[in-house]
Amino acid sequence: MLFTTYRFIIFLLILFVMYYIVPKRFRWLLLLLASYIFYAYAGVKYLIYILATTASTYVISLRLVRIQKAQTSYLKEKREELTREERKAYKAAMKSRQRKWLALCLVFNFGILAVLKYGNFTITNINGLLQLFHTGKQLSLIGFALPLGISFYTFQTMGYLIDVYREKYPYEKNILKLALFISFFPQLLQGPISRFDDLKETLFSEHSFEFRNLSFGLQRILWGFFKKLVIADRLLVGVNTIVHNPEEFKGVYVLVGMFFYAITLYADFTGGIDIAIGSAELLGIRIKENFERPYFSKSIAEYWRRWHISLGSWFKEYMFYPISVSKPMLDFSKFCKAHVGEWIGKRISIYIASVIVWFTTGIWHGAAWNYIVWGLLNCLVILVSQELSPFYDKFHGRFHVQHTFWYRLFQVGRTFWLMSFLRTLDCYRNVGLTFKMYGTIITKFNIMELFQGGLMQLGLTISDYLVLILSVTLILLVSLTGRSGSVREKLAARPMLLRYATYFAIFLAILILGAYGVGYDSSQFIYSKF
Amino acid sequence: METILEILNGLHPEVDFDTCNTLIDDKIIDSFDIVSIISDISDEFDITIPVEEIIPKNFNSAKAIYALVERLMEE
Repeated sequence: MLFTTYRFIIFLLILFVMYYIVPKRFRWLLLLLASYIFYAYAGVKYLIYILATTASTYVISLRLVRIQKAQTSYLKEKREELTREERKAYKAAMKSRQRKWLALCLVFNFGILAVLKYGNFTITNINGLLQLFHTGKQLSLIGFALPLGISFYTFQTMGYLIDVYREKYPYEKNILKLALFISFFPQLLQGPISRFDDLKETLFSEHSFEFRNLSFGLQRILWGFFKKLVIADRLLVGVNTIVHNPEEFKGVYVLVGMFFYAITLYADFTGGIDIAIGSAELLGIRIKENFERPYFSKSIAEYWRRWHISLGSWFKEYMFYPISVSKPMLDFSKFCKAHVGEWIGKRISIYIASVIVWFTTGIWHGAAWNYIVWGLLNCLVILVSQELSPFYDKFHGRFHVQHTFWYRLFQVGRTFWLMSFLRTLDCYRNVGLTFKMYGTIITKFNIMELFQGGLMQLGLTISDYLVLILSVTLILLVSLTGRSGSVREKLAARPMLLRYATYFAIFLAILILGAYGVGYDSSQFIYSKF
Repeated sequence: METILEILNGLHPEVDFDTCNTLIDDKIIDSFDIVSIISDISDEFDITIPVEEIIPKNFNSAKAIYALVERLMEE
């Protein structure tokens, strides 16, 4: 079930009423039922995958905890008898047993994801190689459809299991509660990828009805619909016109496409997250924020700490650190320091871990070379900026411009355009075409085309541009206001008349300006495809 | 403690590691720095810092890192 459907609004309305009618202790059970109904709308057969992930995670978490308990009681019992070395050896043996169970579950669940999401991509690439070597053989593609949100819930669930393995928090004894954590409907299709310790308290506790939750939740949902329907879906028409007609729209249009897509993606993804967070808020449940004004970032590394925060931190905690500080990697780093040089030795583990993480981040977004190249280019930019930081420090030390408004604006603009440039890889058919189109920015650049009727050929009318300029300005103002504290709290402190006039204006804007008129269709959220 | 301070000063000479106790919270050191610190600690003290110990509490100050190293050496 997509957020931008009447069905979802009716679903949320019914759930909201029922949620506050049923006794408090059963509310989380109602949420579980609702979440499965929500997911079943995408296809009942897909429930099997989420059920398999839930069951396997629960069974393996039981195994892990059993080993941990056995270890604690054995060490307690033999406290006086064992030497320090014996204790260490025993702990290592038990950790190794746990690691095997964990690996089994990771392979099973990431295996499902890999087969469903990357099976055909791998087969297509193998077929390409077979054709290259004129073998005359071709493998047939797999006929499985990709369940919606599988990348999100698999990552969230495996994060939970790794945390149980690391003994970060106790495991969830109730399988139904675990099932709710995995399938909680607002975040099921496009995140955020929540952590169990962040969500469990708010998800399972008994919430009473509060007017503030209703008011704040509705505001957030309205704001999300505004971003999605008024901005993202409208601007997507312009993006599609440019990227689907590369022969016609070259040069300056590629830059326009980049700019349009940057805004579209922001409005689409943050809009979806606003609806997710707002829907949970209606039920008294707090989901952690997934964005922190990312387009105000002064570097790519900072951007990635502020955009899709839950995914970035997942990769950092469960992939970057485990690879970069693993024993083999530290040993390799030591070897490089001794045999190749201090400079390489100090960096090698960070470089290898970064390349693996960014390759995976790329392929997480989609099974295509575009995404892999996009991920690796992000990695390259981050590593190069890291190496250039001593030069930046020298420059800042000499010219003292670091804290001036104009220099910060330059940094923000540079990051925005660099990110938009890389992200264009999402849009064109393949990597080759994308780079060809990058080339036309230099070879076919003519800014005057835009003002000689060019902007009117992108499927957008003057009124569309006016709506977009006003809406994007509004988002910019809200973001700027948000730097000094919650905008909603500030609005709540205003007179009632002003507050309700604002809500009504946004509601009206969605109804009148929402992109569902002739020629438009409320499209799927971009991130729900990932 | 001196070795820890040396490692930290080598990464960020501009920071006063004797007094700062918000290294992670204020984003003074990033994930690349943490990996460098762990690598240097493993060289100097011959210990392995398990990944589950990479939490803000253990890396927010030179003292916290020192306490972590001492604890791991005792284990």
